[in-house]
Order: sequence, then structure tokens, then C-alpha cells
Amino acid sequence: MKLLELRGLAASVDEKQILNGIDLTVNAGEVHAIMGPNGSGKSTLSNILGGRDGYTVTEGEIELMGAPVNGMSVEERALTGLFLGFQHPIEIPGVTNMEFLKVAIDSHRISLGEEEMNTRDFMVQVRDISKRLELSTEFLKRFVNVGFSGGEKKRNEILQLMLLQPRLAFLDETDSGLDVDALQVVARGINEFRSDENGVVLVTHYQRLLNYVNVDFVHIMINGTIVKSGDAQLAHEVETHGYTGLGEA
Amino acid sequence: MSEQSPSAAHDFIGKEYAAGFVTDVEQETIPPGLDEAVITEISRRKNEPDWLLEWRLQAYQRWLDMPEPTWAKVDYEPIDYQAISYFAAPTGDKPKSLDEVDPELLRTYEKLGIPLHEQEVLAGVERDPNTPRVAVDAIFDSVSLTTTFKEELQEHGVIYCSFGEAVENHPELVQKYLGTVVPPSDNFYAALNSAVFSDGSFVYVPKGVRCPMELLSYFRINAQNTGQFERTLIIADEGSYASYLEGCTAPMRDENQLHAAVVELVALEDASIKYSTVQNWYPGDEEGKGGIYNFVTKRGLCRGARSHISWTQVETGSAITWKYPSVILRGDNSVGEFYSVAITNNHQQADTGSKMTHIGRNTSSTIISKGISAGNSSNAYRGRVRMNPGAKQARNFTQCDSLLIGSKCAAHTFPTIESQRSDAIVEHEATTSKVSEDQLFLCRQRGIDAEKAVAMIVNGFCKEVLRELPMEFAVEASKLLEVSLEGAVG
Ligand SMILES: Nc1ncnc2c1ncn2[C@@H]1O[C@H](COP(=O)(O)OP(=O)(O)OP(=O)(O)O)[C@@H](O)[C@H]1O
Ligand SMILES: [Mg+2]
Repeated sequence: MKLLELRGLAASVDEKQILNGIDLTVNAGEVHAIMGPNGSGKSTLSNILGGRDGYTVTEGEIELMGAPVNGMSVEERALTGLFLGFQHPIEIPGVTNMEFLKVAIDSHRISLGEEEMNTRDFMVQVRDISKRLELSTEFLKRFVNVGFSGGEKKRNEILQLMLLQPRLAFLDETDSGLDVDALQVVARGINEFRSDENGVVLVTHYQRLLNYVNVDFVHIMINGTIVKSGDAQLAHEVETHGYTGLGEA
Repeated sequence: MSEQSPSAAHDFIGKEYAAGFVTDVEQETIPPGLDEAVITEISRRKNEPDWLLEWRLQAYQRWLDMPEPTWAKVDYEPIDYQAISYFAAPTGDKPKSLDEVDPELLRTYEKLGIPLHEQEVLAGVERDPNTPRVAVDAIFDSVSLTTTFKEELQEHGVIYCSFGEAVENHPELVQKYLGTVVPPSDNFYAALNSAVFSDGSFVYVPKGVRCPMELLSYFRINAQNTGQFERTLIIADEGSYASYLEGCTAPMRDENQLHAAVVELVALEDASIKYSTVQNWYPGDEEGKGGIYNFVTKRGLCRGARSHISWTQVETGSAITWKYPSVILRGDNSVGEFYSVAITNNHQQADTGSKMTHIGRNTSSTIISKGISAGNSSNAYRGRVRMNPGAKQARNFTQCDSLLIGSKCAAHTFPTIESQRSDAIVEHEATTSKVSEDQLFLCRQRGIDAEKAVAMIVNGFCKEVLRELPMEFAVEASKLLEVSLEGAVG
């Protein structure tokens, strides 16, 4: 089953052309990695998939779960199973992590015609996931991302991923800024999440994440297009030779 | 009675301004215009004693000499005080029991979710033996229709009735305290209110009594071209406690309507008064047409040592809000508190805050103000903390936070500190933040729709204040916040 299909996708941000024709297909059960120099358009791609205001598809098509996304709002895309892990998770003062997670999971359930999650079941599940991510329960009472360390913010993204169980996760540099231990925790989270039913796209600058997560495909993005695709071996080449010689850049 | 009550909560908090309907009852009004004859007529209709008429007429003379205040950060066309009717009441004698109340009026309160029968509970509140009961005084335009639980309260010596009844049955208390906290000459609107006030609530809690239930006054403006000038007086005698709530709504109309209330609180030694408001007067439409002008003077006097007065307000309605619930801390070791959420959307304007005047020794006050502006609205905090020469070791803590939604609204803060003591501790913190695109994108990406996301962020922002509200009101208040912000994003 195709979870994501991009055909000749070009896009602009605030009238500036950033993406210049991307073809990519992610099927259920696959894990893809996207690597590329700073400013090549990886986060822009994430925002475009999410349907963020100010980001415009200028050419080509995006299909999510087999259907074109044209006209779908940010929340509709989320509710069909798209999850974006943010490069820079944003703070929401005043709203506890617990409340945020509860409202998020309930929004998903309501969209499926289900009841809101029973508070006790919710607590049990959230505590269990937190434990696996080595996050203290104290952390759930704190405001969303407020005062979290860089590593805690990234683990919080994985917590949301594991709770919401999307079909397609697009994780933008979830491995950046992590110490070795935290990297392993995050990788474990991703491995626990992945299944034959879902798909994962990892945006990363480092081959080291791929030591912990087995990827099926690696794509190199330069200047808003994918210049080369291959298997995990491609990440090693980038690690040793850099991006020179890979793109037209 | 119909079986409509459970859904009434939904009506009340439903989409847009759900309380905006008109009740079709026969009303008697005094024709528009204001002069001594009109005031005499109001007083006559209310069967008032001569001293009160005299008091009204003196206030009127004062008012004639006073200029309308212009210092607030609000903008409106001049009000024609001769075009307003100063008295409106459903026709007929005051009903002696609920059976005599016009069914049309009963239906009004049902729709609003306000229980006029003692066995009912506030809409949205679960019936539970632990839920404190609520006595209701229902004020419709210029008169009180009924007050529930009167007998049971009387057994505790608590007097809870309409202001008019208090004048009739407890004139000594009214005469002793009326105008002692807000004198008629206090300001333009207070003088006007003193001249023409209609009904409001009266509470007296005797020495050492803890009032056994919450007291709720529900104000409803219904008549057209009519002002509402309520007058409320609450006295907590030594060592007593009362928790009083007020709610208010009005129909949607294209003209602006004036609401100029005066509320006086008196706390004697060791007494404590908790006063909570959820203000939901009609705010006007999206273009800023219509809505209530809410020009209100609220002040509490901590008269005795160790007395305590706490104001909590959630202001979501009104086209213009001009309101500064204040505390005069005269008793040594007395405590004054002000917790406020003021939310403005579309073209609403609010200029609100508090004054804390420290006179006694060791007095302390707290001001927590949360202003939320959306749409094209303007929201100002105005506060004054004064430490008089005798206020040895007085303390104040003020925190005002503003939250902006969108880029066309405005927030202002005007804090003033006047301290005549070097040992006073005055702390002031202020922040301004915005509901950002990034925050909304994060929420929406997690499946939470934009309005729900804003409501969640706003609720988080106001949490410190909302938790001061009695439980019955807290639920309604946070839902009201959500409704008020409708259309604020997207
Ligand atoms: N709102 C905007 N207006 C103009 N240019 C923008 C805007 N947002 C992004 N860009 C530009 O688009 C390009 C791609 O940015 P993007 O954030 O997608 O890169 P990235 O591949 O994620 O980089 P990094 O590895 O540093 O995270 C950059 O040149 C950036 O400056
Ligand atoms: Mg990026």
C-alpha cells in the first residue's frame, strides 16, 4: 500500500521557489532516510506535506494514503495518518504535556467516530510509553516543551508518535542534538513504532542514526530535488565524501 | 416544567452568542429621559422611604455637575442620557411565589440554564451530594423575579434578597452601609447609578456564620432602549464567610445599551467575601454593531482586622468594559485579591484592572490579570496600588499578562504604584505573548482543530485565574472563553 507518493513536486515558500521536482514513494513497511546539506529543502518538504499556510505546491502532486491532498487542511492530513516530527519543537506555555496529548488522541478518536479515551486508560498508556523513552512522569505535568532540553524535546516528539500511531511518520532531524544514550532511546522508539502497516521517513544529517535503525532507502536531496537514491550504503558514502559530486550544485 | 434543562447548557455555550434571544413579555417602562420627576417615579414604584429618595436626588445633583470620564482607553460615540429609559419591569405585582411568575419568564431562565426551582441545579453541573448548592436571585431588567432558598438561608440568619426587598425589610442595614464604600460622588457612573439604580442583590451574613451555599445573582437585560443600573451590597459581619457569584446576559440588538452597576462589599473583622463574576453581556456583532456598554464600579472595604476580600472576574462579553474591582485595605492584616481574565474579540474594547489601597498595617494584596485580545479588539489593564503612610509593611504582588491572537488587536498595560512607605514590598511582573503560527501548526498537525487549539492555549494562559472560580462557574467560564474566541483564527 502506498502511504505517500510525490510526483514531480515543486513548491514555494512566501513566493520563493524551494522544491524543484521531487519524486518519492513510501510504501507500508518501509523506512526511508533523506539526507542533504543545510538549506536543501528538507524541512520545507515537511511543511508542504503538512499543508502549512504560506507553503504552496507549484507543480506536481502529493498523495497521502492513496488520495490527493489537494484542499485538505492541516488537521485533515494529520487525521488521515500523517505525523510530522519537528526539527525545532515549539513551546506551548500553560498547556501541560498531559493535556496536550489527551486532546490530541481524543481528536484522532473523535474523527474515527470513537469515544474520547477514558482518562485511566490514557494515563496507563502514556506512563508506559514515557517509561520506555526514559522520561519521568514529572515530565508529563510540565508545559509542552517549555524548559525542555533539546534531547527531551526530541524524545517528546517520539512520545507523541508512539501515542498517536500514525500511518506515515516524517521525522525531521529527530536525531539532531542527542547524546549517545538519547540517540539509542529515540532509535528504540522508532524501531518499536515501525511495522508492516506504517512507514517512516527520517530526515538526518548523520549516518550514526542508521547504525540503530535499519533503513530500506536513502535519498540525497540537494537544491530541492532528490539527486540520488540508494540503500544504507549511500549514507556511508556521504559520511566519508560529503555531498560534493552528488548533485549539480 | 419542560424536560429541556439538560440541553440548556448547550444552548448557553452554543455557537456564537447563544444568550441573544428576546423574551416576549409585557413590560412597563418609564419613558426615556432623566430628571427629578423620573427619579421620584422610580422611587415611588419601588415604594421607597423618603430618605432613599432624598439620597437619590442628591446623587442626581452631583451627577449633573460631573464630566463623563475620558481617560480610559476606549472609544465610543457620546451617550445620550435622555434617550435611555431608566426603568423596565414585567407588568403586574411582584410575584409572591414562582407559580405567579409569567411562564415566558420561567422559560427564559430555563434556556439560560439558571435554576429558579430549588431542586434544580445549574446547567452543566452534575448533581452530586458534594456539589455546593446555589441560591439564585434572578434579576430581569429593573426588578428581581425571585430569590431561591430564602427560608433555608434565613435559618442561618443569612439575608439574601433583592435590593428592593432589603430596603423594605432591613432598612437599618441598608441605610448604615449604602454608599459607605462607593459614595455617590465617587465617579460619573456611580453618581448616575446612585440616582437611578433599580434592583440588585443584598446579602448580609451575621457574625460567625459561614454561608451554607453559594449565592448567585443572575442579571438579564431584556427591554430595548433601557439601561440596567443594578446596585448590590454585601456585608459580611465579624468572622463570617460568603461566596457570591454573578452572571449576566442580554439579547442581541443593534443599538448599544448601557449597564452601569455599583457593587459595594463590606468585610468586618475576620470576615471573608469571595466575589466571582462571569460577565457575558452581548458583545456586539462581528462588525462592532450593538453590544452592552459595561461601566461598572465595584469596590470592597476590608473594614476589620484580618478581613479578606477576593474578586475573580471572567469578562468575555460587552462591547465596552470599564471596570476596576478594588479593595480598600483598612483593617490591619487584611487581604485583598483580584484575579481577572478579560477577553476581547472582533471590535470589543476592555479597560479593566484593579485598585488596591493599603491603609492598615501588614496588609497584603495580589493582582493577577490575564488579558486576551483577538480580532480588531483592544484590551487594557489599568491598575493602581497605593500604600498610605500608615500601611506599615504592606505588600503587593501584581502580575499582568497579555496574550495576542492575530495581528490586528492591541494590548496595553497602565500600572501605577503610589507608595508612601519605604518598607512596602511591591512587585510587578508583566508579559506579552502571542499565539504563534508555529504553536497552531503543531496543534493542528496533531489533529487538534485551530479553534480547539486556541481555546486550549487560552485556557492554559488563564489557568491561575480560572482555578479561583467556584467549580460551578469554572466549567462554564472555560467554555465561554472558547465561544468568545470563535472566528479568532483562520
Ligand atoms: N519563509 C521563507 N521565506 C523565504 N525562504 C525560506 C523560507 N523558509 C525557508 N526558506 C529557505 O528555503 C531553503 C530551504 O530551507 P529548509 O529549512 O527547508 O532547509 P533544510 O534542508 O531543512 O535545512 P537544514 O538542514 O538546515 O534544516 C533555505 O534556503 C531557506 O532559507
Ligand atoms: Mg531542516
